[in-house]
Amino acid sequence: MKSKVSYLVGSGLTPYGKHEGYSTIDLMSQAAQLALSDSGLVRGDIDAVICGYSTTLPHLMLATVFAEYFGIKPTYAHCVQSGGATGFTLAMLAHQLIASGAAKRVLVVSGENRLTGQSRDSAVQVLAQVGHPTYEVPLGPIIPAYYGLLANRYMYEHGNDERDFAELAVTMRRHACLHPGAQFDTPITVDEVLSSKPISSPLKMLDCCPMSDGGCAFVIASEALGDYPIKITGTAQHHNEQHVSAMKDLTHFGAQSCTHNALGQANRTIKDVEYSAIYDSFTITLAILLEEIGLAPRGQAGRLAREGYFDANAKMPLNLHGGLLSYGHCGVAGAMAHMAEAHLQMTGRAGVRQTSRAGVTLLHGDGGVLSSHVSIVLESV
Amino acid sequence: MNTPSTLNPPQPPGSDWTNGGDALHFQHCRACANIWYFFRPFCPSCGDQNPPVKSSLGRGVVFTQTLVHRAPDAKFRELAPYKIVLVDLDEGFRIMAHGDKDLVIGDSVMLSFITLSDQKIPYFKKI
Repeated sequence: MKSKVSYLVGSGLTPYGKHEGYSTIDLMSQAAQLALSDSGLVRGDIDAVICGYSTTLPHLMLATVFAEYFGIKPTYAHCVQSGGATGFTLAMLAHQLIASGAAKRVLVVSGENRLTGQSRDSAVQVLAQVGHPTYEVPLGPIIPAYYGLLANRYMYEHGNDERDFAELAVTMRRHACLHPGAQFDTPITVDEVLSSKPISSPLKMLDCCPMSDGGCAFVIASEALGDYPIKITGTAQHHNEQHVSAMKDLTHFGAQSCTHNALGQANRTIKDVEYSAIYDSFTITLAILLEEIGLAPRGQAGRLAREGYFDANAKMPLNLHGGLLSYGHCGVAGAMAHMAEAHLQMTGRAGVRQTSRAGVTLLHGDGGVLSSHVSIVLESV
Repeated sequence: MNTPSTLNPPQPPGSDWTNGGDALHFQHCRACANIWYFFRPFCPSCGDQNPPVKSSLGRGVVFTQTLVHRAPDAKFRELAPYKIVLVDLDEGFRIMAHGDKDLVIGDSVMLSFITLSDQKIPYFKKI
């Protein structure tokens, strides 16, 4: 099935880290202005506003709250909520809105002061609610515990050790060191990852993404507007059982069929992919997704990272802004940063991080505990 | 913090660990033979109404495990580090539970229960 093309014509990404004193709406506004400026459009050009939820500003109508504050009167607006999958779900929705004719210029925006807007315990507890309230949450699992369960099973099945996960953290940090907006800019070693504070075995502090403040926005349009348009040529989702205890299969999560469907819409295969932007909430998340999607052989993501396979000018450039692990994770905008970096890479604007080829890009994100999946294919105009 | 809301309807008080009892319930569909853990008044596979509730004998095998060091709140901080396991019960369903700290994947285990600040928690020991 070939779907209609839409265009990513502007992106805006704030630095991630501490933005003391800035609210969700402030960070959304900063990102939205950056994206508008990047697209060459003004507020009056936008006819749809879609946004993601914020844990520090839970509101029934966040999209229109933002639209009023920022100064847009859209003919289509609402907020989307699908955990970590929300960012790419928003991009898919914008693509669909354009394909259906419901909108012509969609502002996609998210931001959150997740780091400074609440206590760490509060954030940990809110996020843990992706677990089942009766059968899981009363046992005291935190999000890294769910992923720790997956990581131990992964090591059991593939014979890997914790160093393989550490290599992915080291690679993401190396990339982040070249981005001035990244939350972390000090290189780390495998030994430092291994000796970082234990969180939920086998995951240590440096296997886990941080909490951040930040915002990210896109303008997605029906035409190749402005100076930096790229095409969205394929989008797909896949959803498993919501809860880890209910998931029938903890080895095949559906990422492969999801990316396959998105690539198929674009008349592409995995072999055509030149740049990859893959959700990396934890090192194990990245390992499982890379391998299931087919960007690395099973059990080999860590080894490839050690060999530099995911670097800017190597075989498969990956998350060159540093990913959630090192650029930062402020909720919905966390994954959107992967797409903002892809936009820069694909339009030759990534400076010292620039890869030599990024014509076809595959984005893949997950929400819950690998329960919800979204894939997006981007191509140069 | 947001108080967890209820997804599945509660079973009678004291009937299984989720409401204070020393039992682990699962359900079995008379129509399609589906077996599952999270209580519902219908079969999630075929929709058959009022599927029977059964009590597990509590024998199973550790599918995976993690030792949690970073607890979500004060109650669990006192317990940390604690072991969380996914166990495949002999009856054909999987549950999340606590267990002995040295449990590894593949261990045969038997169910017991512990109480942590009024919360009953399923707990597996190696057999």
